[in-house]
Amino acid sequence: MRGRLPALGSIAAVAVLIAVLPFTLSSYNVSLVAQVGIFFVAVLGLNILTGYSGQISIGHGAFMAIGGYTSAVMSRDHHTNLIVTMLMAFAICFVLGLLVGLPALRLSGAYLALATFALAISVPQLPLQWSTFLGGTGGVQSHTTVSDRWIYGAAWSCSAILFLLAWLILRGRVGRAFRAVRDSEIAATASGIELSLYKTLAFGISAAYAGVAGVLFVMATNGFAQPTEFGIILSLQILIGAAVAGLGSLWGILAGAAFVGLLPQVSTSVPVIGSDHGRDVVFGLMVVLVMLALPDGFAGLLARLRALVRA
Amino acid sequence: MTALLELQDVEARYGPVRALHGISLAVEEGTIVAVLGPNGAGKTTTLRAVSGTVRRSGKITFAGRSLGRLGPAAVARLGIAHVPEGRGTFSELTVWENLRLGGYTRRGSIEPELERVFTYFPFLSERRRQHAGTLSGGEQQMLALARAFVQRPRLLLLDEPSLGLAPVLVAELFRIVRELNEKEGLSVLIVEQNAHLALQAAQNGFVLEAGKIALAGTSEELRADDSVRRSYLGY
Amino acid sequence: METLTSPLAGLRARGIALGGAITVYLLLGGGAVFLLVGCLQSTRFAQLTVSGLAVGAAYGSLALALVLIYRATHVINFAQGELAMATTYIAYQLIQWGLSYWEAFAATLAIAFVLGTALELVVIRPVQHRSVIAAVIVSVGLFILIDGVVNWIWGGGIRFMQSPFSGSYDLGGVNIQHLYAGMLGVVLGCVLLVWALFRFTKLGLGMRAAALRPAAAALAGVRVDWMLALGWGLAAVLGAVAGMMYEPSQLLLTPTFMQEALVYAFAAAVLGGLESPGGAVVGGLAIGVFLNLLAGYLPQVVSLEVPFAFAVLLAILLVKPSGLFGRREVSRV
Ligand SMILES: Nc1ncnc2c1ncn2[C@@H]1O[C@H](COP(=O)(O)OP(=O)(O)OP(=O)(O)O)[C@@H](O)[C@H]1O
Ligand SMILES: [Mg+2]
Repeated sequence: MRGRLPALGSIAAVAVLIAVLPFTLSSYNVSLVAQVGIFFVAVLGLNILTGYSGQISIGHGAFMAIGGYTSAVMSRDHHTNLIVTMLMAFAICFVLGLLVGLPALRLSGAYLALATFALAISVPQLPLQWSTFLGGTGGVQSHTTVSDRWIYGAAWSCSAILFLLAWLILRGRVGRAFRAVRDSEIAATASGIELSLYKTLAFGISAAYAGVAGVLFVMATNGFAQPTEFGIILSLQILIGAAVAGLGSLWGILAGAAFVGLLPQVSTSVPVIGSDHGRDVVFGLMVVLVMLALPDGFAGLLARLRALVRA
Repeated sequence: MTALLELQDVEARYGPVRALHGISLAVEEGTIVAVLGPNGAGKTTTLRAVSGTVRRSGKITFAGRSLGRLGPAAVARLGIAHVPEGRGTFSELTVWENLRLGGYTRRGSIEPELERVFTYFPFLSERRRQHAGTLSGGEQQMLALARAFVQRPRLLLLDEPSLGLAPVLVAELFRIVRELNEKEGLSVLIVEQNAHLALQAAQNGFVLEAGKIALAGTSEELRADDSVRRSYLGY
Repeated sequence: METLTSPLAGLRARGIALGGAITVYLLLGGGAVFLLVGCLQSTRFAQLTVSGLAVGAAYGSLALALVLIYRATHVINFAQGELAMATTYIAYQLIQWGLSYWEAFAATLAIAFVLGTALELVVIRPVQHRSVIAAVIVSVGLFILIDGVVNWIWGGGIRFMQSPFSGSYDLGGVNIQHLYAGMLGVVLGCVLLVWALFRFTKLGLGMRAAALRPAAAALAGVRVDWMLALGWGLAAVLGAVAGMMYEPSQLLLTPTFMQEALVYAFAAAVLGGLESPGGAVVGGLAIGVFLNLLAGYLPQVVSLEVPFAFAVLLAILLVKPSGLFGRREVSRV
């Protein structure tokens, strides 16, 4: 995602792998890999915000919730096509992200983290208050449901399109501005970059990505949007995914998405401890261990390996 | 007799940057030793190597003990006080708390030490409860020194103590250091831009250039050296 | 609602313009007067205020734990609430094994201290020097891990823990439950002890120095790494106090009972300014009372309690981006 497209070879390899997988896997496993695709979109979005503008968000689950609910409500009330709801979620979350990004301008570091944390806690409470429109605790059922294969295709198509989009954005002027903002805000202001514009923009873009991930997320739960699905844990998962991914590497983001998309499901079947708790014990432990081993995430590891190879 | 502090082939690095390329020097017990050199020569790094605040290799012994693997806290506990460049007082703490920290490694009451220090720096006595950040720059410099004295070190590492002080105060400061040296046998390794004053106070000196010892000798020898005269004494 | 720091001197030292400090104190004073008048006017208001303060003290204690760690390492410890929850389960288990409540209380504090210190040594220290973000993520991992372990050992079901306080007494016509008075007393007592430790002991001075300027503290002979580990231990103790005192107000013990408290503790810490211990406690008390009054008088918005509380918090942050008692960072925008 830096200046050039990462080696076309590795992209082609990923693409072929993704394209072949559904024909070799069971339906359950297809849905698992689709899950990875959904997280790929969300982690990619957070990566743009954190990695390229230096802002942190613990609230991207909130944007996923907004995207998911947009899709479910539109589908329920107007039978809107899912592709269209995806575009709507992208647009709505982009605008909301800009709106959140504005007050975020005044906050920095830990304060911003906690403000977005508040967002993650608050948004899932809204359906409870406006229950006729947003379905209360019961949730909203979309009109259309789709097969696992469909979700798989949708998730990875979105991943590909949004990855390309991210590359196009980050490659040019905007990307340079983002990096300048991250590296030194004072210098960036001095060099005439409109700091607030770009910080807000980064928030908007990354929220829009989360919105799309939210639509996919709802589709993957049989088109059912429910407040509990969008709890704080989801936001934390995206954050963990981004941390495991590290900065600006396709493989890193894939690893981060796979980590949060696969590990909890896979470790549910750990025999000794028993289903749900086993999942939490294994997942929590793995998060700790991975961060101990790779404080700069998977991308950091790759960079170190590359340096080794070159040396 | 072996020296109190001895450095043999000491190297130090900041990440990939090497700042000291194998220096050897010694400080005899009860002497003042000056380190001179241009900016960036590695003077500060030399003191840091002793106090353990930079990664170093080579042999460093203090009173017969190797400092090789010790961190700054352990070095301080052996009786070495380091007053870093740019003071290093705690501006958020009170003057009294700063002095108390000086006596952190000592057991029991520090009142006697405080009395002693207040005779050298009377103004501190009235300002005990004031936050160090509200002292003037020069006053903070003196607080940093006072804190080091409370520690009652065997060896004092001073990094450009005259920085930002009025000339009268600089003279006063050197007088105090010499007095402590003469009366209490305190050993001092001092980095100082004011070579004139430094060589006056010190018995021995070293000139560092680009991370290496360029010249070593007694103060008289250094004062007599042409290059030292030209570069550091200015006549 | 007293603050812990010696009022104006402390604030001035943190470089806050006196004008800002006076506004904050006026605001807090106004709030206190409002509460006092309300309590005199209505017994219901008084009861809501007392129980709000009691719960708020628990938030404040947990917030103080967060602040201690944040000040020392700039890590926001997401696991703080779950650690408090886990130690409350340990207290529960000790009582099941036959200890009296207060024996279990004391033993749990000791265990919490060891646990907190050990966590810092084993999983936080190795990453903290390399990346603060990584350390925060480790704490998120701990959150999930502790949750899983507690569920594994004790199950997810509801447990009943013996309450240390029962009955009530009458104060000027207002019926006050011992529970709330006790919570308030124990939590604030522990907070005061921790404050005294920091303020009056050499160890406390060393811990403060290590948090403020680690490099300079080390030069003075302070074992900075140990101070940070001790800080985690103390934070865990404060969390355990918060957990054990908060539990009876929730009546039930479940693995999720501290999650809401953690959210409010975050809010309290931010409100206080993240670096201000006194601010965290005041923030906790304020949030406790505010939420209790809100729930008592506007029950129809109960499901919006959290968003509402955060909207207020956000509004305060927008006016004062570093919290009520926070240091003003160099403004960059
Ligand atoms: N923290 C650091 N990181 C990287 N390089 C450093 C660091 N500190 C010093 N250096 C480098 O090490 C070399 C020696 O620095 P040092 O501070 O010891 O010089 P000095 O002799 O004390 O200079 P001055 O008279 O300006 O104080 C310099 O080249 C400097 O750039
Ligand atoms: Mg220097």
